[in-house]
Amino acid sequence: MEYVIEMLNITKEFPGIIANDDITLQVRKGEIHALLGENGAGKSTLMSVLFGLYKAEKGTIKVNGQVAKIHNPNDAKKYGIGMVHQHFKLVHNFTVLENVVLGVETVENGFLKLKDAREKVEKISKQYNLFIDPDALISDISVGMEQRVEILKMLYRENEILIFDEPTAVLTPQEIDELMKIMKNLASEGKSIIFITHKLNEIKQVADRVTVLRKGKYIATVDVATTSKEEMSEMMVGRKVLFEVEKGEQKPGEVILEVKNLVVKSKHSHKNAVNNVSFKVRRGEILCIAGIEGNGQTDLVYALTGLTPIESGSLLFKGSDITHSTIRQRSVSGISHIPEDRHKHGLVLDYNLAENLVLQSYFQKDYQNNGFLKFEAIYKHATDLIQQFDIRSGEGANSKTRSMSGGNQQKAIVAREIDKNPDLLIAVQPTRGLDVGAIEYIHKKLVEQRDAGKAVLLVSLEMIEVMNVSDRILVMYEGELVGQADPRVVSQQELGLYMSGSKREVIE
Amino acid sequence: MNKLLKSKGFQNASASILSIIFGFVFGFIVLLISNPANAVGGFLTILSGGFTGGMKGLGQTLYLATPIIMTGLSVGFAFKTGLFNIGASGQFIIGAFTAVFIAVKATFIPTEILWLVALTGAFVAGGLWALVPGFLKAYRNVNEVIASIMMNYIGMYLVNFMVVKTVFDAARNQSMTPTRAIIPKVGLDTLFNGSNVNLGIIIAILVAIIAYIVLEKTTFGYELKACGYNRSASQYAGMNSKRNILLSMVIAGAFAGLGGGLLYLAGSGKHIQVVDILAAEGFNGIPVALLGLSNPIGIIFAAIFVAYINVGGFYMQLYKFVPEVISIMVAAIIYLSAFSLFFREQISAFFKKRTEGK
Ligand SMILES: Nc1ncnc2c1ncn2[C@@H]1O[C@H](COP(=O)(O)OP(=O)(O)OP(=O)(O)O)[C@@H](O)[C@H]1O
Ligand SMILES: [Mg+2]
Repeated sequence: MEYVIEMLNITKEFPGIIANDDITLQVRKGEIHALLGENGAGKSTLMSVLFGLYKAEKGTIKVNGQVAKIHNPNDAKKYGIGMVHQHFKLVHNFTVLENVVLGVETVENGFLKLKDAREKVEKISKQYNLFIDPDALISDISVGMEQRVEILKMLYRENEILIFDEPTAVLTPQEIDELMKIMKNLASEGKSIIFITHKLNEIKQVADRVTVLRKGKYIATVDVATTSKEEMSEMMVGRKVLFEVEKGEQKPGEVILEVKNLVVKSKHSHKNAVNNVSFKVRRGEILCIAGIEGNGQTDLVYALTGLTPIESGSLLFKGSDITHSTIRQRSVSGISHIPEDRHKHGLVLDYNLAENLVLQSYFQKDYQNNGFLKFEAIYKHATDLIQQFDIRSGEGANSKTRSMSGGNQQKAIVAREIDKNPDLLIAVQPTRGLDVGAIEYIHKKLVEQRDAGKAVLLVSLEMIEVMNVSDRILVMYEGELVGQADPRVVSQQELGLYMSGSKREVIE
Repeated sequence: MNKLLKSKGFQNASASILSIIFGFVFGFIVLLISNPANAVGGFLTILSGGFTGGMKGLGQTLYLATPIIMTGLSVGFAFKTGLFNIGASGQFIIGAFTAVFIAVKATFIPTEILWLVALTGAFVAGGLWALVPGFLKAYRNVNEVIASIMMNYIGMYLVNFMVVKTVFDAARNQSMTPTRAIIPKVGLDTLFNGSNVNLGIIIAILVAIIAYIVLEKTTFGYELKACGYNRSASQYAGMNSKRNILLSMVIAGAFAGLGGGLLYLAGSGKHIQVVDILAAEGFNGIPVALLGLSNPIGIIFAAIFVAYINVGGFYMQLYKFVPEVISIMVAAIIYLSAFSLFFREQISAFFKKRTEGK
């Protein structure tokens, strides 16, 4: 069998860690090759080596059987390798078309020649059903659309080898389905795809073969068709993973948060982002707000945590009115928040891990004395959480969070927020980008919180998470609560009807 | 050895030093073009800089470093918290005027403490001057660069106007001499005989150390930096980012204002001239901060380096270079050094390649 890409015995070190330790990856022409591994296993690093962003200390790369020297992304492009990064790299105030031609633009008499480019973009868009509007501004389009622009960029450059680094982590289930179709389509046209994901379902759905990494080492390459999800996760984590969440009967207690007729103005349109929403969260329950992305969940959470002002309505937390409390007051009184956007809100990327782990508590007596930070206590705290939550990075508490793998950044946030031991934990997409082992652990932690008589408000787009973890489900559609369900009896189909707005009921 | 080469501190320092070398090479080219015969002699003078005049030259270096440590801190402190304070010039001159005004007018204050009161006034006035762009940035999201440029001009004209109104020496078209409020020399004048160095340099260094401690060791500094690195995250963490931006700007302004006081109360015969020129010390804070990588301790050394080059430039007059060429040369070295720091990335990449090559 002939390989388009062969990465042989690749070794790449970072301070304090061997991110890739003698890894071999062989990709066949026209296949979708999944890359699977725990958070921090070295997947992104390996792809960065292939794309010329990092230079490996050891190993060779072959393209179509020939040894290839790839020192920077331009070299990679010469070999027809394109990459969609874990975090996109588009210029926001440019149009789609301008972004696509950026770097390969043709200029005539000092003017950009966009006519041919536009035709080509439209042709590709049609060929692969991308539905891209070349004149839309990047700042106006959805995340899913941004990703398609990234894909189109690769196709425009006539890349034959396409790398997707966790493309589905930021997408809605609907967008994921479409992306899967696009990928299959691309493969059938003869393109070779390397696909990183933590979701075994997706691998089952589209991939031909999968290579598994663990802690920087190569474990195996197997055929997807003949390997079960359980086997894959065991290869990756080194033990059996529970997909079902184990939890006992819930014992709901007193109401801890009461939301009354909440209205939040939308920043983008004249409609209200959250429109007259009322509900209660009790101690000892995990309440899930389900819905398709962009139906007001984000604004609801911002209003609860104080990041956005409330237009009208009120919030009662543990019996006291917090409608106009500051973010700090809410946090200190017992609300934790795992934010949706880990880079925007969750972390100060230029601070190290220890500094980030006290982001919500640096002002508490434990960590400061008369305004002076107690570094010893801060680092001790970090070491404890790193152990407890298995946060992996090159230099432990001293690692800059910017250099950490995406999943480990997420684990750091979850650790910090749960460690605050809040009465109410607001968790937005808490397992985004995490490996199955880490997801299992976080879910266990959420259930522990609930069993300890705390309340958890879970906002998730992930159907399986919604069904498995929650005790009660509220569905949000266009800023309103349109349905209530018991996860033990409701079917996914029925939830889907609520989520798409085809069904609604009055919630008492 | 490899560890040392890869350590961050070393990379930072080596980047600064390589930048300086780059600046010198460029300066030498300027000299070669303007006066080839004396280029080598002139260049050696600049290289030996503050050492040229013996102890006096060293003293002058410290004297000249004093105000630019303060303006460097002003720019660097703001930068650490995500703000670009280009208004150090205005804050500096407002501080200078306040100091001179108190020194001349506050006759009721005993001589022993008058200089201290005047310096405090300079500190406060500089801070107040930065309050305006700070407030606009924090509460109205007005770009602080534009606001502080405007405040530079307003400050300059206001000071010219106020000097004429209050402490004017009409014969010389400048401010009066603040004879009663000269900063003590504490013996530095005998150590560095013939120079103008005084307690001011020690004050400036102390302030830099305090700034370092505040930024690196306190919860306040933790908040300021968090706010500078990622404003959204600092809000999420419940920090009052508006207040932090305002405070950071005010502190930066106070540093620059104090710099003005330290220079004009040095007893070196320097007066506020009634001319329409923005104070250069303010702008020199920018390359100082860049060269010092916005680290307060780094800024002390960067300011001394810049002063050292300036003293060298002073002695270059012996080689009959026209003052303009000297100014160009000095400016070229300083600015090129500072701006080539932008190539830091390449420099660390260069070292990485070398160690990988082995
Ligand atoms: N630029 C860097 N500097 C230092 N360490 C790094 C850097 N990039 C990655 N690492 C470290 O290398 C290891 C592998 O990281 P990598 O990003 O490849 O993981 P990953 O498999 O993509 O994980 P995830 O699923 O969480 O995205 C991690 O421990 C990470 O901390
Ligand atoms: Mg990754």
